[in-house]
Amino acid sequence: MTPGSRAWSRTIAWGIPSILIAASIFAWELIARLTDTPRWFLPPPSAIASALFDDRRLMLHHTWVTLEELLLGFTISVLLGIAFALAIASSRVVERAFYPFVVASQAIPIIALAPILLIWFGYGLTPKVIVVVLICFFPIVVNTVDGLRSVDPELIDLLRSMGANEWTIYRVIRIPSSLPYIFSGTRIAAAVSVIGALIGEWVGASAGLGYLMTRSAAQFLTARVFAAVLISAVIGLAMFGIVSLLERLFLPWQHIGASDE
Amino acid sequence: MLEIDGVTKVFRGRRGDVDALGRIDLRAAAGEFVSIVGPSGCGKSTLLNIVAGLEQPSSGRILFDGQPVERRLGRTAYMHQKDLLLPWRTVRENVTLGLEVAGVRKAAANERAAALFEPFGLNGFEESYPATLSGGMRQRAAFLRTVLTDQPLMLLDEPFGALDALTRASMQEWLLGLWEGLGRTIVFITHDVEEAVLLSDRVCVMSARPGRFVLERPVELPRPRRYEMVTDPGFVALKSELLAALRAPESVGVL
Repeated sequence: MTPGSRAWSRTIAWGIPSILIAASIFAWELIARLTDTPRWFLPPPSAIASALFDDRRLMLHHTWVTLEELLLGFTISVLLGIAFALAIASSRVVERAFYPFVVASQAIPIIALAPILLIWFGYGLTPKVIVVVLICFFPIVVNTVDGLRSVDPELIDLLRSMGANEWTIYRVIRIPSSLPYIFSGTRIAAAVSVIGALIGEWVGASAGLGYLMTRSAAQFLTARVFAAVLISAVIGLAMFGIVSLLERLFLPWQHIGASDE
Repeated sequence: MLEIDGVTKVFRGRRGDVDALGRIDLRAAAGEFVSIVGPSGCGKSTLLNIVAGLEQPSSGRILFDGQPVERRLGRTAYMHQKDLLLPWRTVRENVTLGLEVAGVRKAAANERAAALFEPFGLNGFEESYPATLSGGMRQRAAFLRTVLTDQPLMLLDEPFGALDALTRASMQEWLLGLWEGLGRTIVFITHDVEEAVLLSDRVCVMSARPGRFVLERPVELPRPRRYEMVTDPGFVALKSELLAALRAPESVGVL
């Protein structure tokens, strides 16, 4: 491929989605204005933009609250998830004892659990962090366990034949070879962490984007609801992007194409 | 150096026992190159796993330098058919793996590896990841890792089995030039009789499961060996004798 055609394909890769998004925003604006739809029903993008800008201090305040819950919950999930996965992968007994709980934690509808957490922990930070953990924990555990299990047994034999002990095998083989799995679980967790924080806030909160959405919706401040939705989506995308970036930094070998000669 | 004394192996399974190895006796002197040729599934790899200490024999003993050794892990340099290079490590980090496991300092390990990149044809690829190497280069890197594992006894399980014919021939020639300077004892497994004769001091033919040696022959061709020797009358005679033993009903098993 020549450098020119590569630049061209990159232009297409970015250009087409950009044009599509711009066109749909424009169409939305046009429809909202031409059909005289009431603003509380469907605000035009310009109204959402001005809601974002005019109430920027309010938005920033609530965004910060949500971010705090989400980052705290996400960090706990990553640490706890990897620790759990290591325990599950290292022993059949631990697996039998804990794996059902891990799966059950995902089968319970979180939205039903949130009110109970509210009763137990009140309106503060704790119940939201717990909901985020309940949502993020699962993909990390499952992927990490898969990663730790999918190690080529011949690699382990090679290390054993060299006289390596269990700890060396973990350090040299099991953990590095499961890193791509850990990252893909973490990427999923990063993307859904926003959902956890919002659910936690919907049920009962005094601040946060989820709180702002429910309150603004009750007041028919629809543009503000859309603004909060937009911010949540951006947070989710940013989390996903940051984890993907970290993966590229930490696992450079994952991104080299194999060559024949 | 190495003595395999009446080793048998039975795998106990749910559907009954499987006799993997009959009764194997083998001696390899220090610096000797011994090949074991046999049909696939004859238990060749099981035998190497036992020598390496990954498995224990059902009966019999393994002796190193005349001493029976129960815990043999870490006492041999084992190379599999698959190169088993770690994709997240550079060539340098891969080839020094054995030294790292043995607790050799990184600087010392790198120093020992440095002199060998050239003869192993890996010069300039020290910092490359395995995914960027060709099949032959990967196998040479795996072989360098085995050599650097620094054990006097090397166990090679069809190291060239996964390569195409052309790469394989050039690897054999390269190994011929290299191994004589290494002074290691080698137990080499292959299903290729020509390869066995060309490389070895002695060739053992193994029967189908349960694996036993049905023929053992010294190779009396002079060293250094060259690839042209494959047309030598002595070479051809030995090759056909070994092939006949390999094809005999008692080695192929009941058909």
